[in-house]
Amino acid sequence: MSKNEKMNVMQARDIQRLSAGQRIVRGGVKAGTYLFLFVMALIVLFPFYWMIISSLKTLAEYRQAIPTFWPKQIMFSNYSEAFTTANLGDLFMNTLYVGIVSTLLSLVITVLSAFAFARLEFKGKETMFGALLATMMIPGELFTITNYLTINHLGWMHTFTALIVPFLVSVFYIYLLRQNFMQIPNELYLAAKVDGTSDLKYLWKVMIPLALPTLISITILKMMGAWNSYIWPKLVANDSAHQLITNGLRNAFTDTSGQANYPVQMAAVAIVSAPLFLVFLFLRKYIMSGVSRSGIKG
Amino acid sequence: MVDNKQQWKAWLYLSPAIVLLLVFTVWPIFNTLRMAFLNGYGSLGEMGGATFEFGIDNFLNVIEYKNFLQCLKNTVILCVATVPISTILALLIAVALNSIKPLQKTLQTIFFLPYVTNSIAIGMVFAAMFNIVGLKGNGVAETWGIVNNVIQFFGGEPINWINAGSPYWANMTVMIIYIVWNALPFKILVLLGGLQSINKQYYDAAKVDGTPRRRVFTKITVPLLSPMIAYVVITGFIGGFKEYSSIVGIFGDKMGPANDAGRLNTMVGFVYDAMAKDRQGRASAAALILFAIILVVTLINNQVSKKRVHY
Repeated sequence: MSKNEKMNVMQARDIQRLSAGQRIVRGGVKAGTYLFLFVMALIVLFPFYWMIISSLKTLAEYRQAIPTFWPKQIMFSNYSEAFTTANLGDLFMNTLYVGIVSTLLSLVITVLSAFAFARLEFKGKETMFGALLATMMIPGELFTITNYLTINHLGWMHTFTALIVPFLVSVFYIYLLRQNFMQIPNELYLAAKVDGTSDLKYLWKVMIPLALPTLISITILKMMGAWNSYIWPKLVANDSAHQLITNGLRNAFTDTSGQANYPVQMAAVAIVSAPLFLVFLFLRKYIMSGVSRSGIKG
Repeated sequence: MVDNKQQWKAWLYLSPAIVLLLVFTVWPIFNTLRMAFLNGYGSLGEMGGATFEFGIDNFLNVIEYKNFLQCLKNTVILCVATVPISTILALLIAVALNSIKPLQKTLQTIFFLPYVTNSIAIGMVFAAMFNIVGLKGNGVAETWGIVNNVIQFFGGEPINWINAGSPYWANMTVMIIYIVWNALPFKILVLLGGLQSINKQYYDAAKVDGTPRRRVFTKITVPLLSPMIAYVVITGFIGGFKEYSSIVGIFGDKMGPANDAGRLNTMVGFVYDAMAKDRQGRASAAALILFAIILVVTLINNQVSKKRVHY
């Protein structure tokens, strides 16, 4: 046993030697910690619970003066009614289409740009990268006003193009992927060059597989973005043929105060929320790592 | 050595990004500035051949507009209330999560759930929880909403939270609760990540010295976590000043209770309203003011954290 290890063992013994009083305090703190976490977790979960049980109640039961915490009669029919009332089928397809097309195009553009910034040498590289990063500081609302006019001039109003094209380039994703690409040793690239491998083949065979986790994070955040976007679609494509899911949901249930049929509304909300939860359940790791680096919602 | 072939290839690879950025990012920066400084600018007017003088009328109009002050007030109240509350709560939850072993992963997942939601959709759930259904003339409601039910259960008086005739403070309380609920997951994620990277030796040393918990928290945890705290506060303020869709989620496009539409409008909402009325000059001026506020708040935050943050 080395001197260091001996010290550690001694230290550990000192730390463990607690009086009975200290042990009680520690137990109390533990219990308090768990109590606090459970209460907070309940508060966090309650809206989801309320959404689900409300979506399964009959309208009469929902309107009882004393609320029930479990539906007496389970009404799955609320879900089919919600699906048809809000026309969720079409909205799903529209959103899926916009999400998939914009994710694919955005990935291609991001990979090519990140590759140029990480591997190639060209004049003005640093200046250009700095300028790109500087645009991240500007709030999106500043762009929206002009982009709305641009879309109008281009004749893209009420098209999917208007929903896809303005958001294809994300400086943040280029930055994220460039960092990832730079970790791959340059020798690999030079060796590939010596062997006569083309850039694109090298990208496809070496860099993309190595940067796959980042690419998956980007894909998920981009799809979630399409799913959750509200303001821009409302401005440029709020017609029924191009409406996205969030707008469709809000438009279908405009009655916020009166005699709204809340069970059906909650069923629609549950249907819209479900895909996000499924994605989260299976790809939690990628979402959490992407999110902690970005600080952007959706 | 920079060979020509690489130069040419680099620009080729960058070209799609550059073209799109020029059209949708660089041009808007210049055009927004242009529109903001052309008095009374409207794009329909410009297409009709009208000309606009250079000046600062748009900015003066924005400030004089009575709605603007209301929007600014709402935005500032929401920011000032939600950022500290959510940061402190997130810090407490993160520290608590970090100190336990069993159930840590499960609880962590639960606390992250609000992040993967659609803020409009879950806003509708919150609206349902606070809503009073069927308030009749004699003040007897069919359903007071679950939140009021809980208040009544503890012997309180039900409150008109979001319906017609509801007081402003009640509306704001609902918004603050919803925004904090929504802001917690990101903050917990970042702070917990920070906590887990703190070297355990500091805590061991404190244990050997018998340092009380409170002191460990204020003298070790908070200082070592300060870069992460600064980060969530800054992003919280930036997000707070851009608050919009959470209000649409609860109150709908009316941005207020049924009898007082627009009462809860925010800065971003003001920009969109002006845009919808073809007042791009006013919208641009308001957007620039918003940008300036965000910039100033970020700079102040940076300045404060330079003094307080220990790296």
